Amino acid sequence: MDEPAREDGRQPVLELRRLCKSFGGLKAVHEVSLRVMAGDRKAIIGPNGAGKTTLFNVITGVFPATSGQVLLFGQDVTRWPSHRRIGRGLARTFQVTSLFPKLTVLDNVLLAIEGLRLSKFVMWRPLSSYRDVYERAHALLQEAAFQDRRDVEVRNLSHGEQRQLEIVLGLASNPKILLLDEPAAGLSSGESAEMVRFLARLDQHLAILLIEHDMNVVFDVAKHISVLHFGEILEAGTTDAISRSTKVQQIYFGTG
Amino acid sequence: MTSRTKAVAVAGVLLGLALIAPFTDAFVILLITRALILAILAMSLDILLGFTGLPSLGQAAYLGIGAYLTAILATKFNFGLGWSFWVVVVLGILLAAATAAFFGLFAVRASGVYFLMITLALGQCVWGLAYRWNSMTGGDNGINLPGRPAFGIQLSSDVAYFYVVFGFFALSLLMLYVLVKSPFGRSLEGIREREVRMRTLGYNTWLHKYLAFIIAGGFGGLAGVLWAHANGHVSPEDVVLTTSVDALLMVVLGGPGTLVGGAIGAAAVLFLREYLSTLVAWWQYVLGAVYILTILYLPDGLMGVATRLRRSSIALGRPEDAKHPVIS
Ligand SMILES: Nc1ncnc2c1ncn2[C@@H]1O[C@H](COP(=O)(O)OP(=O)(O)OP(=O)(O)O)[C@@H](O)[C@H]1O
Ligand SMILES: [Mg+2]
Repeated sequence: MDEPAREDGRQPVLELRRLCKSFGGLKAVHEVSLRVMAGDRKAIIGPNGAGKTTLFNVITGVFPATSGQVLLFGQDVTRWPSHRRIGRGLARTFQVTSLFPKLTVLDNVLLAIEGLRLSKFVMWRPLSSYRDVYERAHALLQEAAFQDRRDVEVRNLSHGEQRQLEIVLGLASNPKILLLDEPAAGLSSGESAEMVRFLARLDQHLAILLIEHDMNVVFDVAKHISVLHFGEILEAGTTDAISRSTKVQQIYFGTG
Repeated sequence: MTSRTKAVAVAGVLLGLALIAPFTDAFVILLITRALILAILAMSLDILLGFTGLPSLGQAAYLGIGAYLTAILATKFNFGLGWSFWVVVVLGILLAAATAAFFGLFAVRASGVYFLMITLALGQCVWGLAYRWNSMTGGDNGINLPGRPAFGIQLSSDVAYFYVVFGFFALSLLMLYVLVKSPFGRSLEGIREREVRMRTLGYNTWLHKYLAFIIAGGFGGLAGVLWAHANGHVSPEDVVLTTSVDALLMVVLGGPGTLVGGAIGAAAVLFLREYLSTLVAWWQYVLGAVYILTILYLPDGLMGVATRLRRSSIALGRPEDAKHPVIS
């Protein structure tokens, strides 16, 4: 589409400038600035209620920002509705699994693929006649090893499978940046290890912003961590620097 | 049942109906004709209620618009009684769709019970117009049509008119069936299931709901044009809230999200009402009890009965594979 001409790889995929979100008097997100470049793998950690999910909601346009800016490929999208931002290469998953429970795995993926295609407005031709859409769906399901369960209704999948399908739906639109909200929540350690391996296999140009409480997952996936505390970024740096920071130890790990 | 055998079954039933209907008596033919028209209305509502998850309580408004347009054109302009009947059909659909496009600006932003209230209020506006605009609508008395159209065939024959309505019903069913299977139709299902997720998948959910609302209005208008000629009379009674509630109950009774369910519901309600009223004095209560029992015990309506029977026979024959979750 009409991306700015000055794209040279050094332009951030996603940039937040002093982003704020208040609920009444509560500053859920306060003055958060962040840059994510193509291929970056960054994590956001912070205690419960720190404002991590709210930050994702403001980035994706689920909530309007109170102030500050969200930029995608240098373009200010702060006032855009969700669906337009998604059209620019943004995708996310949800902390609380948010799939289409009564539809099959395949139908979930088909919906996700159609999201950015103009054919989503076609009313006179059955979806099943779109061979390219089905091919893409099968490829996605193959990658995630879901092929054998494609006709299972999503509500009958295990929690772990649903968490993974969340990510598959996020990937369906071929995003440039994927926001993952606690993908490993509620997974067994074996399952989260699988999840980490799955994430590692993804396209290296895909930028990932990850919210996660499981520090093993964080260290395995991300190279950079921002620590959110009461809506503000308390500290940001490489995984090593953050894991050594005494301030972070105090507020987050409760030790030190 | 695969979707193909289902389609064959529906086609078979329709064919049977088309063959048998002429041999029944005049009263039954008219009853079937009415049921088919209300079935179109119910199916249009099913697009909203069953597929998009929008419970509209104002669908009678579009029936009324189609019906009044037909009656007014016929009496004031002597239009639509020959070949121009087909023009009236198109006009009825367009006017109802245009009204829906206007109403949708207010209604589609809301959801759940708010959507219900707004569509109810808008429906009442149309009723108020029919009731008050004496010079145009004949007020309380309504309008008597001069007769059914004639273009080569005399639609004044109930059998001929039945076939016209039957044709429109079959065509509507086919078009709506294609619609719900299309990418657009599937997106409506997604919106019904989880709207926020649909937005974060790139869908402008408002637009999809708005388009669905307009389409439903258009089919409601078609039902209205046919309704006016079926009865030869149009009155505020056709636009009254009860008609909207009836349409909603037909969908719920038949099974929301199935299209055919709306048709079955329409037939069931019409025949129950017609025959119960001759059998029992307190038939309204019987009908009310049927509704309540359906909602309590058959949340998927009459169509759900078939599904349940099928499910239980599958469960008996072959226990579901117990698959263990594997993430990779
Ligand atoms: N829609 C809302 N309306 C009002 N307050 C909200 C809303 N959403 C979140 N909050 C509040 O904003 C704060 C941040 O919540 P948020 O869900 O972003 O935290 P989080 O960092 O994701 O926590 P967790 O680790 O538990 O997921 C909390 O105090 C929460 O109660
Ligand atoms: Mg959260």
